[in-house]
Formats: sequence, C-alpha cells, structure tokens
Amino acid sequence: MARAAVQRRLTWRSATVLDNRAETPRVHRLVLDVPDWPGHLPGQHVVVRLTAEDGYVAQRSYSLASPPEVPELHLTVERLDGGEVSPYLTEEVRRDDILELRGPIGGYFVWSAAADRADGEHGRRPVQLVAGGSGVAPFLAMVDHHRRQDSSTPLRLLYSTRTQADVLGRDVIGGTTTVTLTREVPADWRGETGRVDADMLARCTFPVADRPRIFVCGSTPFVESVAATLIDLGHDPSWIRLERYGNSGEAS
Amino acid sequence: MTDTDNRRDLVAARRLDGNAAAGPLADLFAVDLTEARSHCASCGTTAMLGAHHLYADSPALVLRCPSCTEVVLRFAAQEGRLLLDLRGSQLLVVPVPNGEDGPA
Repeated sequence: MARAAVQRRLTWRSATVLDNRAETPRVHRLVLDVPDWPGHLPGQHVVVRLTAEDGYVAQRSYSLASPPEVPELHLTVERLDGGEVSPYLTEEVRRDDILELRGPIGGYFVWSAAADRADGEHGRRPVQLVAGGSGVAPFLAMVDHHRRQDSSTPLRLLYSTRTQADVLGRDVIGGTTTVTLTREVPADWRGETGRVDADMLARCTFPVADRPRIFVCGSTPFVESVAATLIDLGHDPSWIRLERYGNSGEAS
Repeated sequence: MTDTDNRRDLVAARRLDGNAAAGPLADLFAVDLTEARSHCASCGTTAMLGAHHLYADSPALVLRCPSCTEVVLRFAAQEGRLLLDLRGSQLLVVPVPNGEDGPA
C-alpha cells in the first residue's frame, strides 16, 4: 500500500469540508472527506488548489496532520495576515464546501511503522522529531500512527511553540512529546522554556550514540538553526531530514 | 547588518526543500522523485532530490545542490507546456516502486 500511495498518478480530487474549527488562536483544523482516497504515509502532504471567480488560481502545500488509520484528512492551517490562501481557508470555508486537492505527495519526509518492520536493522533505530510552531503537522500524523500501530520503534517529539495556547494536537501528543514554550510561560508550567538550542537538544532528544533518524519541520530559520546544532552535536547529516516551511509558513 | 548580509538572509528565508517540489513534478513524472538521488554535475556530490534546496517563488521551481548551491533542476508550467531543465544533474537514479518493471 505504501508504494501504491506514492506511485499512483496524481489527479485533482474533490474534498468535502466536514469541519473547520479553530484549534488555537492562529490555526484552524480542516477535516476533509475525500472519496476514494488511496491512503497516505505519515509525513506526506497535499496540494490545495483554489480558483477565484475570475479564473485566478492559487495553490498551497499542506502536510497531512492525520494518520493513515483515520479515514478523513486533517489539515492544520495557520492564518497568515495578508496571505492569499490561509485567510480564506481559515475564515471563509464552511462545512459542505468543496475544495480541490491532490496527493498524497512526497516519499522523502515520511515515517511509517510498516517500513520499519520491513527494514530490520535500520528500522530499529529511534526516530526523533523536532517541530517549530505549525511545523508540527506532519509529526502529529507520525505520533498518532506510532501509537495506533503500537510500533516498537522508539519515537520522541520535541515541539517548540510560542505559548501554551498555541499547542496543536493536544489529543495526540503525549508522553513521547516534550513541549518548550518560547514566549509566554504560565506560572505553573513545569516543562521546557526557551528556544531549541544545543543544551535542550542534548537533554530532550535521542543521543548521537543511539543513531536516531531525525526529522525537523518548521520555518526556514528554525529548521536551519536546529539542523546546524544537531550536526554540531555530532549527528550525521545524512540521517537528518528537513522540511522548511519558508519564512511565512505559507509555502507555495 | 550589511546590505549583503541582509540580502543573504532574505534569500535564505525563501529556501524550501526538494520535497515540496514533488507535487508540481508529478505533472511530468510517474514516480516520486523526492527519493531519487541526483549526482551534481557541478561538484560531483550525490543527494536525494528531497534534500536539495528549493526556491519556489521564482518563475520556475529551482532546485539547487545542497553542497555547492549550483542549479540542478528547473521546472515550469507555461501556456499549456511543461518546461524541464536538468542541466545540473549528471545522473538521476530513481528507485522503481516494488512490483513494477523498469525500462528494459
């Protein structure tokens, strides 16, 4: 199924909006029903296409935030003031609206329990996820998939976000996740605070000796800073995979 | 901050990953290219296309080598045509999906 999901010819599909709710002050969760969805791997993305009445077309890529086990597709969309697409998706789109999308896309930034089971030695190495802000979306799919599959692969997520109110996927992230708050820290907060740096990576992620496979997703500055620090700590660059969202988060 | 630094930062902030080019490239290729390995014609290093640097806000999608930053691939859709410039890839090695026969 994994391969079928990657090799199928991509066509534009109609997605029916089942729900569009504010999950945090800045991010909406869109729940979509896509008939005949071929399945996807955690970490894959879709392209959403919007066509205006005058024929103007805008396309944006969004990581799938839901695991393959969930029939509906979940997208987490951050509203960017002045953006072309995200204000529409977060403010205007209603239940029963139709969106055009295609996917699943990309075999590079993915992790799945099935691939690990099929790949003996490599598949036993731990998986370390590092997210900045809404870059957590593909990791919500991976963490949820990991739990539903009862995977034996050790997996951890380090999730940097501005405030407690900005935490996405509260129902999914659990004991395997470390959250660090970078802006506002409540008095009773007992987790990490401040930006992801060498000290935090050394404390909260798998050590170099465990040879983790590492995925980093977030804004371009966040991803590049974390990747450089991981390499400084001694991680092999070839085991670090990056997904930069650009500066705005609204990648074209 | 000097003007040069400023310009470099602006360029850096636009940088994405080859992974994000997989959707547009699917208009042309039947298999996913993000796990394909490209041998850079300029510096000779090999990297997966998903790990290349992508600049998606120019008229074409531009993939650059993560080692030497030379242009590897450009791809655009214009007036009903797809344009592919693969000048910077000396060899592209694409994994064939399981159960599929490659070219003879």
